[in-house]
Amino acid sequence: MSLQTPLGRVRGLGAAGNGVHHWWVQRLTAVALVPLGVWLLVSLVALPALDFVTLVSWIAGTWTATLLSLFILTASWHSRLGIQVVIEDYVHDEGLKTVSLVVSGFVHAVLAALGVFAVLRIAFGSPL
Amino acid sequence: MRARPLSPHMSIYRMTRYSLLTSFANRVTGIVLSVGLLVMIYWLTALARGSRAYARAQELLGSGAAKLLYGAIIAAFAYHLIAGLRHLVWDTGRGLEKAQSQRSAWAVIVAALIVAVACGFWAFRAREGT
Repeated sequence: MSLQTPLGRVRGLGAAGNGVHHWWVQRLTAVALVPLGVWLLVSLVALPALDFVTLVSWIAGTWTATLLSLFILTASWHSRLGIQVVIEDYVHDEGLKTVSLVVSGFVHAVLAALGVFAVLRIAFGSPL
Repeated sequence: MRARPLSPHMSIYRMTRYSLLTSFANRVTGIVLSVGLLVMIYWLTALARGSRAYARAQELLGSGAAKLLYGAIIAAFAYHLIAGLRHLVWDTGRGLEKAQSQRSAWAVIVAALIVAVACGFWAFRAREGT
């Protein structure tokens, strides 16, 4: 039996196993973005034209709408994690750092929601 | 609180080490791609709001400055994709020796240039008629 207090035992050991979470999600989204990104680039380049009707009918396709939504969500998440590291590295003022991180998180959430909503609206509603 | 040393130490890094240059470039291209995401969401939102709204957005999206930005985004995409693949290989513990990383730094730069030029050429050339 140890006389060491529980607090003394965990001190200096770091966070409770969450240390690699940021790193892991960054990699997971990176791996997912390889096929998604290549698909998006090839699809855009392969489109015969870039007028409104062509684009809308392209996005409205089942596979396009699905993959595009996945791309938006994954890219937003990956971007959020990346910008977070940049802010943590270069913004040294604690208050400004926290505000920047929160704002960046909110902006990314809004972008992801807007993007997916736009894709779904095009897919379901065929806008005029 | 006493001022503590903070990373990254931009002023003492030797940028002539190509692995360092490629790492920094990965961060810069990542920021460009975040801007690209913003542009993409604006574009999708304009599309979702209908042809009239899209035509209005086209004034901004079709401008010369926007085309310059698309070029930057394509180049950043090509670089970030290939440099990112190198990072994923590193994550498995491979290719971390000094000589290997110097070699792969060159490979990344060359491959990214080829992909960027090919995509840029394809994107802008194929659209000349439209």
